Amino acid sequence: MAEVTRLVHKYLRHDKKFPHVWCPGCGNGILLGSLIRAIDRTGFDKDQIVVVSGIGCSGRISVYVDFNTLHTTHGRALTFATGIKLANPRLQVIVIMGDGDATAIGGNHFIHAARRNINLTAIVVNNNIYGMTGGQYSPTTPYGALAATALYGNVEHAFSIAELAVMAGASQVSRCTVYHATLLDELIEKAILKRGFSVVEVISHCHTQYGRRNRLGGAVEMLQWQRDSAVRVEKAAGMSPEELEGKITIGVLCDRELPIYTQEYRKVREKARAMTAAGPQG
Amino acid sequence: MNAIKTPPGRPLLLQGNEAIVEGALAAGCRFFAGYPITPATEISEVMSYRLPAVDGTFIQMEDEIAAMGAVIGASLAGVKSMTATSGPGFSLMQENLGFACATEVPCVIVNVMRGGPSTGLPTNVSQGDVMQARWGTHGDHPIIVLAVSTTQDCFGITVRAFNLAEKYRTPVILLADEVVAHTREKIYLPHPEEVEVVDRIRPNMPPDWYIPFEENSRGVPPMSSFGDGYRYHVTGLIHDVRGFPTQRPDEITAFMNRIFRKINQHFFDIQMVSQEETEDAEVLVIAYGSVSRSAHRAIREARRQGVKAGLARLVTLWPFPRQTIEPLLRRMRAVLVPELNMGQMAREVKRINQGITRIETLNRIDGGLITPDEILRRIMKL
Repeated sequence: MAEVTRLVHKYLRHDKKFPHVWCPGCGNGILLGSLIRAIDRTGFDKDQIVVVSGIGCSGRISVYVDFNTLHTTHGRALTFATGIKLANPRLQVIVIMGDGDATAIGGNHFIHAARRNINLTAIVVNNNIYGMTGGQYSPTTPYGALAATALYGNVEHAFSIAELAVMAGASQVSRCTVYHATLLDELIEKAILKRGFSVVEVISHCHTQYGRRNRLGGAVEMLQWQRDSAVRVEKAAGMSPEELEGKITIGVLCDRELPIYTQEYRKVREKARAMTAAGPQG
Repeated sequence: MNAIKTPPGRPLLLQGNEAIVEGALAAGCRFFAGYPITPATEISEVMSYRLPAVDGTFIQMEDEIAAMGAVIGASLAGVKSMTATSGPGFSLMQENLGFACATEVPCVIVNVMRGGPSTGLPTNVSQGDVMQARWGTHGDHPIIVLAVSTTQDCFGITVRAFNLAEKYRTPVILLADEVVAHTREKIYLPHPEEVEVVDRIRPNMPPDWYIPFEENSRGVPPMSSFGDGYRYHVTGLIHDVRGFPTQRPDEITAFMNRIFRKINQHFFDIQMVSQEETEDAEVLVIAYGSVSRSAHRAIREARRQGVKAGLARLVTLWPFPRQTIEPLLRRMRAVLVPELNMGQMAREVKRINQGITRIETLNRIDGGLITPDEILRRIMKL
């Protein structure tokens, strides 16, 4: 059996929920492929994996994959994931969100999840726009770009999601584009295996809502733009800020060993047991 | 904190909030997510101390929205879970509360009511959230709402709240108020083996046969925990019996009808009213929460003064205990509904009454508790 057929049969609800809702050429399909290849490489059992998603085009990924899957409310995926992981730390919890999902309505949950360093994997699909609702500007829509709610040009400034996660205290942060699919496989695998809160920002494209309105071409042209704009972090380290203007750095931005919430909480339990055993004075 | 080492079965001096924690732990609650808010904070504080000692988990989230999300997540992973808040936080929880209704996730939400609207009167008593508890989240949905009026209730009704949540796969809202939550009184904690604890029914069929939201005679499908080998999909979208989103009118109707029916066909199990001196009563007081304590004193005093007064103390507020209250209304000359709001429950009583018996209201909204004297004066004029 061809590898792709094996993966489709093993990991997708191929006979139940397809065809999918995404537009032809959408980056979410590439991400879905990377996700199941990465999970397959980690070797985790399907019963051990929980995929939690928010609301939006990317949020629909959870319905297509044959794991324990949870499609939550808009922006709140990380809060549900926090409850799942703390209730059963043996589960591998992967959270998939969009840019508006993770950094507008869910921005507070995103930075606090990073700060707490619970062992979760957060994948943020950044397509610079609210696609499902028809192309309104999001926290990652570039300054000056056109959107359904910014017909005169966006006057807000964009978040850099990966950098935000680094500053908020995530253990591992990486960024990739959907054009660089094999690198994306590696980065997602690395993120799942990382002990601690890990983030993968996935630069994707919405040619239907964002590309068309901003005259950036179709899916192919937008993928070519990703190819031409991406610079590996190792190479970017030797480049000047001027040279990096308009570029996307891809690769592992940060990888550090920090105390993990569940391990810390185990210590809390030990102290609590000791204190209550010692009596009311304890 | 001395309560912690005291063996159960002995009298203790506890405040309502502490008794709620004892009730939750006795019912098997092992996960709590919360956010500080007056007058519910003691529940978080005691939980943060007690839960880790019994291998449970306490977490203080970044807001009440997150607390409610974490509670649902923990319950999906198989752990009984709870949060506690007050008015403003309860408002923030509404969206995820609706998610729990739609996805049928058992959990308990304690709302210690304080004066509102908005920031309102954080340290004062109120019963202003009766309607929000029923209708706060969007869309048609069934919900169970229980009210507590004594510290002993705070233990027993909290256990009951968990049992109903598990039995019917639904969020249960426990409405306390600032007076019940902060009043210290004597309470007897039963021995753990004397506490009736209900756990959710889990699937026992092979995973391939599991249809997670399939109709059955109880209307409550067995619930598998994430990680147990029954991989299934949970979504806040209207879903078919397999849990997948649907827009088919027949599947939408079947889903909505089932989640209502699972509550409606068990009214007699869910609806709790305690009656005092109603057998020969001519006038009736319908009250709940701390106000029912004042009403209890008032009807006794009224009887001493020759008026045959009775009290129906509502424990279940929603679904409204119509089967008990309707026959009572028909027997009475007049009914008084004292409340710490502008008449939220009185509105429901009047709706059930259909104009047959005279219903009067007594409303106090100044942050103080309705006194027995205020109720007595009104009983004497009924």
